[in-house]
Parts: sequence; structure tokens; C-alpha cells
Amino acid sequence: MSTPQSKAAAAAEIDHAASGKNADKVFKGIAYGCGILILFTLAAVLIFLLIEAWPLFGGDQAAVGDRVQAYSQSTTSNFWVFVGILIFGTVLVSALALIIAFFIALGIALFISHYAPKKLATGLSYVVDLLAAIPSVIYGLWGFLVLVPAIQPVWDWVAKYFYWTYIFSGPVANPARSVATVAIVLAVMILPIITSVSRDIFIQTPRLQQEAALALGATKWEMIKLAVIPFGKSGVISAAMLGLGRALGETMAVKMILDGGYEISVRLLQAHQNQTIAAQIAANYNEATDTTSVAILIGAGLVLFLLTFVVNFFARKITEKANA
Amino acid sequence: MSAATNSSSQIEGAPNIDFSKFETTRSHNAARQRKDRVMTVLIALAFVVALIPLISVLLTTIAGGIKRLNFDFLSHNMQGVFGGKPTPSGGYGGVLHAIIGTLEITGGAMIISIPIGLMCSVYLVEYARGGRLAHTVSLLVDVMSGIPSIVAGLFAYSLFTILGGPGTINGFEGSVALSLLMIPTVVKTSEEMLKIVPNDLREASYALGVTKQRTITKVVLRTALPGIVSGAILAIARVIGETAPLLMTAGFILNTNVNLFNGPMATLPVYVFKEFSDQTVTCPAAAGAGCVEDIPTERAWAAALVLIIIVLVLNLIGRLIEKMFAVKTER
Repeated sequence: MSTPQSKAAAAAEIDHAASGKNADKVFKGIAYGCGILILFTLAAVLIFLLIEAWPLFGGDQAAVGDRVQAYSQSTTSNFWVFVGILIFGTVLVSALALIIAFFIALGIALFISHYAPKKLATGLSYVVDLLAAIPSVIYGLWGFLVLVPAIQPVWDWVAKYFYWTYIFSGPVANPARSVATVAIVLAVMILPIITSVSRDIFIQTPRLQQEAALALGATKWEMIKLAVIPFGKSGVISAAMLGLGRALGETMAVKMILDGGYEISVRLLQAHQNQTIAAQIAANYNEATDTTSVAILIGAGLVLFLLTFVVNFFARKITEKANA
Repeated sequence: MSAATNSSSQIEGAPNIDFSKFETTRSHNAARQRKDRVMTVLIALAFVVALIPLISVLLTTIAGGIKRLNFDFLSHNMQGVFGGKPTPSGGYGGVLHAIIGTLEITGGAMIISIPIGLMCSVYLVEYARGGRLAHTVSLLVDVMSGIPSIVAGLFAYSLFTILGGPGTINGFEGSVALSLLMIPTVVKTSEEMLKIVPNDLREASYALGVTKQRTITKVVLRTALPGIVSGAILAIARVIGETAPLLMTAGFILNTNVNLFNGPMATLPVYVFKEFSDQTVTCPAAAGAGCVEDIPTERAWAAALVLIIIVLVLNLIGRLIEKMFAVKTER
């Protein structure tokens, strides 16, 4: 046991342990670094976008006005008015998508958590997740070549009987590249996130509460209304906000389907009404070569970033409170 | 004395309640049952409604894409393709350059985001359980997962404009944009996986005098490996179809560019978009019978089919790994 060789080996072992200590420190440093890198990355996004958008404020104001005039098809020459119009369009399309998707997503979440047989439930949630896996450019392709022609008669019918509601007033865009059609495609795209977040919270409903409701003679739906929905309320709200955040930033599907315009308008079925920030950027990016044009588009992107940041931030805050 | 006599006797001053008032009527019960059934149908219907677009997208992509999806399409780029005329090889151009671009750019994004994301989750779970900084980081990762893809593209563009001068366009720029979208997904899934590694394993390792770094790399990460791999694959599947950020960072070309760090690169989603934008080509009378007017749209569908197959296969592999090697939990 105490031969010189084994002593040397033991000493080497101790050395090795010491080097392990160094590796420990390095590893810990890397882990901390990567954690902090997240903070820096978000800060960097903000800073780099600000630097590139700076010509908006510090540059030639007349040039900025001219470019904005050209981008907005002579609606305005003020950058902030222009961005305001785009924000209106973005929020309008996203809110519509959310309204369409919300109840369907809740239905699917309840179906998976409380109605479908347990064995089937996992498979069903994978199927819904597939909707999220399909790239947005394919939704755009499908929306333009399949949905737009297919939905035209539906919008014609809606406009014929509901023209008095103003929002559905005609003439219906032909082809139907209108806000209403885009909202449907966006609704499909945000279904999975709303579904998965609400499903996760519905599953956590305490068993005792559910069984208490059933024991009092409640039907299944009454049990859901009494126990599951009140329990999952904040989770559902945060799911809706996450869905909204997704819809706000959606680019390709909107760009490929929407025939946009620059009005503050809620006439959903007509052509040339609204435009979203993301689609505006994507549509004009490749032609934008001078710093002023780039600054305008990046400025709009910065506003979109802040908008989605706020929406997502509050969505997460709500979930956090619910989980605490 | 006994419970029976107690309950039957009236308590002094208690109101005399007519319980028959609360008895439900048959019609009321029937209405409740009816409502229950209606809601069951509506909830099941919601699921069916969600299936319609999914099936429609998949079927139209397959139907539209199968026509032009062949070996020639996969093995040629768009060089030497004029209008709707067939190329000397008998095809109408293809996606080879876009597939190479997609693989390289996504590979670049993987190399950046998987180590960072993994180490960030190690930090969150192993080093900073519940600290204030960890709380902020965790919240910001959540918020980051909601960053619109186009903003990620703008960020990479701005970064490379400042570092490399205006007009810098290369594949790596696309990788940077994609990794911004990928990191939060990697962090979230790895974090979940590290959390379900049983604490006993860590403590057993510490009790043997193993350093923390070795415990993490040899015990914790190894146990969580399948989950981490499947999370990474799902993260790749999520970003591989991104179009907007690549449109502005990696650009588009017709021929094959294998250098990730120099010059524009074509990618599958951008290819789909470009071909979709062209819609049709005009076929002059002199072009002959081989000329196809709808060829850009047909190519767009075929490339979309390739893309959807890649995404679905990645999803399938991710789910399979997750299922096959899942760490047994108490849930």
C-alpha cells in the first residue's frame, strides 16, 4: 500500500483534484457568463437597433420626411404618425386573430386535458404542436393560393348581409387579400401556443376541487366552469397575451397575403386598408439601401420590439404570479 | 341523547326552511344535461376545426409539391435557368444551393446557441437556484422567446453593419439572427430536463468527493442528455423554417455558395418566398412545348414540400428521442 509508486500516484491524484478545482471555477465562470449573456444580448438588441435608427433623430429631417412620404403612399411625412398607423394595423390584425383563436384554443385545451382519453391526449397535443412547426412562409403560400380564393364567397356573403356593421362593409377585396383573411391565418398560427399554455394550467387543477364539484352533482361542463376555469384564469390570460405577442411579430404570412394600405380603418373586408410593422419592414427591406430608409425601417422594428417585449413581459409576470 | 333524536328535534329559534323549494325540476335538470352535451360537442368541434387548416396545408403542399419534386430538383441549383424553359438536364432548376445554405446557416446557429443555451440552463438550475439574478435571467429568457423573428433579423443586420460596414450580407449573419431565436428554446427545454434529474444523483456524486463541474458534466448532463438533444432538435425545427430574418441577413443567390462567411446564401424558406413572388414566367411562342408558365409557383410548392418534410422529420426524431430515453419522473 505504501510503496513509493502508490504515493506518487496519490500525489498525482491530489494534483489532479486541484486541477479539478480550477476546472470547477472555469466551468462556474462560463455558466455565469452565459446567464449574464442573456441580459447583454437583449440590451445589445436594443442598443444596435437604436444606433441604426439614429438618423431618424439626428439625421437629415427633410430626407426622413421624404422617405416616410414615399413609404406611406403620401399619407404622411411624419415618422411617428407613420409608425402609429402601422401599430394600429398590427394591433388590429393581431387582436382579430386572437379573438378567433382564443375560444377555439381553449376548447382544444379542455378537450386534451379533460375530455380526450388519457392515452390519446399526448398524441393530440403533438398534432396541435404540428401547427406551430409549419414554417410561416408555407402558411403564406397556402393562404395566398388556397385560402384567399376559397374564402372569397364567404366574405361576399358576409358583406351582403352584414354590411350595416361597418366593419364588414364592402366592396369585398378581390382577391380576398384583406385584413380578415390574414387574421384567420394568424389565428391558425397562434392556436398552438395558446393551447399548450392553457392545457398545462388546466391539467394542474386540483383533483379534489374537481371531484368536489362532481360530488355535488355538477355535470362535466359545470365542473369545468366551477373548478377548472377559475383555477386557470390567469394562465389563460397569459396564454392569450403570448399568442398576441406571436401574432404581433408575424411577418411572412402577413406580407404574402395582405394587400396593405395606410389608413386608420377597421373595414376588415376591403383592400388597401392596413399594414403591419413586420410586413412593412420585410416588403421594403431589399430596396432600402440608403441610411435614411434603413433607419426608418429599423426604427419601426424597434417599436415592434418594444411592443412585443411589453406584451410578453406582462404575460410572463401574470404566469409567475399564478405559479407563486 | 343519541344523534338521531338530536337531529330530529328543532333547534330553538332556527328558521323553518322549506327544502322542497330547492328541489330541482325535471326540466331544469334536462336543461343542464343539454348544456353539458352542447359544450362537449363544441369542445370536440374546436379540435376538429383546428385540424382543418393542418390537413389542408399538408395536403395542398404534398399535392402541389410532388409534381416537381424529383432527383433533378434536389441536385441542381438555379444557375442557367431561363424563364420556363427546361435546363439541359431535363429539369427546371432546383434547390441544391438552398438546401446547402439552410444546412450551413442552421448548423452555424446550432454551434452558437446550443452551448450558450445549455450553459445558461446549467447556471439557472445548478448554480443559481432561485437567486435574484437568476430570476431576472429566467424572465428575460421567457420574454426573449417572444422576440419577433424579423427583429432578430434587424439585430443581426445592425450588428454586422456596424462591425463589417454597410451592405454586409453573409450566411453567418443569418446564423446569428437564428441563434437569437434558438437560444431561449434551448434554455427552456434544457432547464426543464435538468430540473427533473433526481437530486439523489447529485448528492451521491458530491458525497464521493467529486467536484461540482464533474458532477454536472458527468452525472447531471449525462442523465439529462436525451431530453437536451430532443429539445435542441425541436429548437432547430423551429428556426429552420424562418424566412424574414434570412431574407435580410443571408440574402439570396441563384448559384451554390458554400462559404458561410462570405457572400449571400440561398436558403429553402427564402427560396420558397422568391419563387412565390415570381408567380409566373411568360413563355414566348419560340420557347417550345417544354416551356411551363407556372414553373415558379410549382417550384415554390416543391421547395415547400422539401422544407415541410425536413421540419416534420426533425420533429419526429425529437419526439422519439424524448419518448425513448425519457427520465422517469414521479408525475
